[in-house]
Amino acid sequence: MTPANNALNHAEMGAEMADLLSAYNVLPGIADELYDEHGNIRPVWQPFLHHLAGLDADALELVLAQANQYLRDGGVYYRQYQKQTSVEKEWPLSHVPLLIEKAEWDTLATALSERADLLEMMMADFYGENRLVKDGFLPPQVLASNPEWLRPAVGISPRDGHFLHHVAFDIGRGPNGRWWVLGDRTQAPSGAGFALETRMATSRSFSRVMTENNVMRLAGFFRQFRDAVQALSTNGNGRVGILTPGPLNDTYFEHAYIARYLGFPLLQGSDLTVQDGKLHMRTVSGLKPIDVLWRRVDSSWMDPLELDENSFIGTPGILDALREQSFTLVNAVGSGVLETRAMMAFTPRICEHLTGKPLTLPNIATWWCGSEDALEYAIANSARMTFDNAMSTGLPFEHGDNVVIAGKTLDGLEVNADWIRRNGERLAAQEILSLSTSPALVNGRLVARPMSLRVFLARTANGWCVMPGGFARIGHSGASTDISMQRGGAVCDVWVVSDHKEVPDTLLQHSGTGYRRSDLGALPSTAADNLLWLGRYVERAEDQIRLLRAYHLRIAETGSADYPLASNIAGQLELIGADPEEVIPKGLIADIEATLRSAGNVRDRFSIDGWNALVDLLKTAREFRKRVSAGDDASRAYSVLLRKVSGFTGLVHENMYHFMGWRFLSIGRAIERSLAMLRLLGETTRDDAPEGSLDLAIEVGDSVMTHRRRYSVATDRDTVIDLLLLDEMNPRSVHFQFRALHEHASFLPHPEGQRMSEFQVRMTELVTSLATVTAEDITHERLAGLATETGELHDLLSRTYLG
Amino acid sequence: MLYDIKLAIDYEFETPANAGRHLLRMLPRNIDGVQRVLISNVDSQPEPAERLDSLDFFGNQTVSLRLGEPTETESFHMRARVEKLPRAAPVNSGPTLAMLQDELATIHSLEPESPHHFLPQSRLVKTDKAVADWAAPFKNETMPIVEIVSRICSGLHAIMKFDPQSTDVDTPMAEAFRKRRGVCQDFTHIMIAALRSLHIPAGYVSGFLRTIPPKGSERLEGADAMHAWVRAWCGSQTGWVEFDPTNNMRAELDHVIVAYGRDYFDVAPVKGTLRLAGGQASHQSVDMVPLPFPG
Repeated sequence: MTPANNALNHAEMGAEMADLLSAYNVLPGIADELYDEHGNIRPVWQPFLHHLAGLDADALELVLAQANQYLRDGGVYYRQYQKQTSVEKEWPLSHVPLLIEKAEWDTLATALSERADLLEMMMADFYGENRLVKDGFLPPQVLASNPEWLRPAVGISPRDGHFLHHVAFDIGRGPNGRWWVLGDRTQAPSGAGFALETRMATSRSFSRVMTENNVMRLAGFFRQFRDAVQALSTNGNGRVGILTPGPLNDTYFEHAYIARYLGFPLLQGSDLTVQDGKLHMRTVSGLKPIDVLWRRVDSSWMDPLELDENSFIGTPGILDALREQSFTLVNAVGSGVLETRAMMAFTPRICEHLTGKPLTLPNIATWWCGSEDALEYAIANSARMTFDNAMSTGLPFEHGDNVVIAGKTLDGLEVNADWIRRNGERLAAQEILSLSTSPALVNGRLVARPMSLRVFLARTANGWCVMPGGFARIGHSGASTDISMQRGGAVCDVWVVSDHKEVPDTLLQHSGTGYRRSDLGALPSTAADNLLWLGRYVERAEDQIRLLRAYHLRIAETGSADYPLASNIAGQLELIGADPEEVIPKGLIADIEATLRSAGNVRDRFSIDGWNALVDLLKTAREFRKRVSAGDDASRAYSVLLRKVSGFTGLVHENMYHFMGWRFLSIGRAIERSLAMLRLLGETTRDDAPEGSLDLAIEVGDSVMTHRRRYSVATDRDTVIDLLLLDEMNPRSVHFQFRALHEHASFLPHPEGQRMSEFQVRMTELVTSLATVTAEDITHERLAGLATETGELHDLLSRTYLG
Repeated sequence: MLYDIKLAIDYEFETPANAGRHLLRMLPRNIDGVQRVLISNVDSQPEPAERLDSLDFFGNQTVSLRLGEPTETESFHMRARVEKLPRAAPVNSGPTLAMLQDELATIHSLEPESPHHFLPQSRLVKTDKAVADWAAPFKNETMPIVEIVSRICSGLHAIMKFDPQSTDVDTPMAEAFRKRRGVCQDFTHIMIAALRSLHIPAGYVSGFLRTIPPKGSERLEGADAMHAWVRAWCGSQTGWVEFDPTNNMRAELDHVIVAYGRDYFDVAPVKGTLRLAGGQASHQSVDMVPLPFPG
């Protein structure tokens, strides 16, 4: 296919189509997804292209913006690693999907299911009899030197008889149009959730074309997988958990997303404990058994006792629980061994040996350089090979530092064949595969970019279920080595186009599968702890904002901060970690950041809108910090921040399900609000408090109007204490907060054998102590005493519920 | 020889430690023709909530413990009576290096004793250029393998100084080699790296060394704590031969074997951490005395 050919074909199209395709150049010797080998546009693409060509520049911009808006609203991100740090990046969507005909897809799906079965057999052998090594189909070194072959897992047979339940394959199309497997993803494959988000975003742009073209839907895959995972539990009714390494992991967003979407609790290693050979999760209601665990944590981090002892994200003893077959793990520990590059050198022969026929879908040609024949062959053909770490689990285009590509090192130097020989056992050679190109939109025109595809499979009672779609990685330049997302590549949706209408099948429509609803009380202790802190930090930020606003209002009124009341406020600000010299203090930013961090740990537990409100709050505060000046400008800025923080707390209050998690969050807020009010009262009702202090108290306490109505006199010490400490109708009063705490306490689980927990007893005492006094009884010492007692509530709660 | 062995490891914590789980490897192994364990047990204080005894991949005895209540002290006391058996025949000197490689290629096994486990770099014994450069001159195409290993053992002993102050349990092998100082763990790791660099399979042995030497010989280094030495695979006929580079000797009747592994990671006597708020102190003592004949 030549550019000249291209032009000819374009002449037969409309002018819009010709323009859309005018920058699309297919390279010689490389297959293309849009054009067939004769230079004709494949029929499956026609309707979509016509739709795209029919959009003028404005319409196109709108269409693309809809997908982007979806991703932004959903807060879809992944984590990109740099030398020292990592940052959250927006999901790099390439808006043009990859289209594949269903007939071709079905062939792929069958072949990949066969491969998954083969991998299952290999896995069972590697951790069982080791016949493949004994019979000479796999050199012992390929396992012995493999960091993913975990000796402590040898001999553990999975409870349900299967090692693999969820696998993915990276595949690519070679020059002759054939598909090749580039990588087996068996450890804890990520991306199924991202595939779904990519689909949701893309469908925002192209929903009509999708429906008209019978694009196969993804939801059925998730429903089947959820049912299958649930069915792995005892009686199909046991508790299922998803294990994540935590918010710093590159795909944490997906873990939280999947947990929310499937309705399984998201757990970290410290939420789990093994006792008497059984796996339990620590919850605020005590230990609860876990029956099925879907791990998104790499095997070696699972058990610091027997595997990597530096793991802080593992659960000591979990291997013992697997040996006892007391729960099912998806996938079995040690499954990463199948991902190693060198393994692909042996998979074809192992397939023939175990199944009696060759691989239906070949994998990328690979030679393990530890065997002499392979080594010499690879050296002789090094011009069309890459040499890289044999034990790496990276894809062929994810290179290590010592990679040799087509005979050259990364510095561009000719490689010495002796270097390859010396490092033989550590190297695998792989044939350089020119991946097919697929369209991406650049400046309103389509360009050809290299593509690889990730396909997801889930084991069900009826065999492997293949997600009809997935996602494709699209290179950011024409070179097929630039496909990695970590290096600027993008991701597009994959449309499997059927010739008939499908019955819609979304997860939410299926309610008849009999899911337990009773798990709501099983709030993991670390989640409870994070929610408690989230409540405290957000309230702490609000307290700072209110006090800072009052401070700047006074500066605006008097033009100076140099008088007793202003100094008093400045003193209070310093007390709560805000430097009054700074217009938007670092301390405030830090509290908002801490809020976000706590929230990030429990992203599966509150709404996307709530998360976005916090992100927006932090962004705004940081922007203000750059440009806001003291006085009037600052007081306006703080009013904006106050509205934003109230936006979050409002969302939580209105929308979060009022169960255990919400209670802990609310308790955190109530504790912090009480502490702030007690501090404010202590400072403003002192005998030596400067003039205007009492008015400050009711202003910061948001009770100016109420005070006017209730007392119809000017503020004095007793009216202020009455309104802000004792008034049980005023949501800003300490009494009101204590009563809220008391109510929350009554919903918390009781320790076994006790009628009330220590926390409940204490709250009853505190509420009573405020119910029976009048403002005259409240001394300065009593205020200080209340602050101390309130400060101790968190510890009390931790001891009872978060141990 | 018949020995009575006592090992005591005691911990003290500044603040009570929570929810601990441990994996112990301190019970001597039974090894056909090498040593026979007549009696052995581990006592752990406080009384654990759970205890599970089993064998690990390499056939070492493990004890898995879970503590119930928070505790301020913790101790593991091991006692054993072990008979060391003299070799039935002298060690034969083994093949040459090249023949060893040919033999290796015929071994299709990943059984625990397979030499293939012990050639690649391992977690604590990474390929190290400095060690490999030092070991390179020992390469000899005609010398039998046992002789090569023996020379490396003496060579290392000659350049390294035994110095318990210079390293601790977490000091990397490369650093100990650079300082030319260390304890038995460092000697052992370095010798393993040296052997592997010459393509000789080598592993780590943890165990005990008799406290008081036989009359007329000097007290050996490493007898007041658990000891470590090297096993090298010297061909299918000769099998594994054990060398103690800290004391420049073959490990035979004075050495009682606890565990085999690729390096210290596989055999550490106590694994697992407690959830600690404060600091901790630990103390270890070993006593290994021969019983009067016939025992």
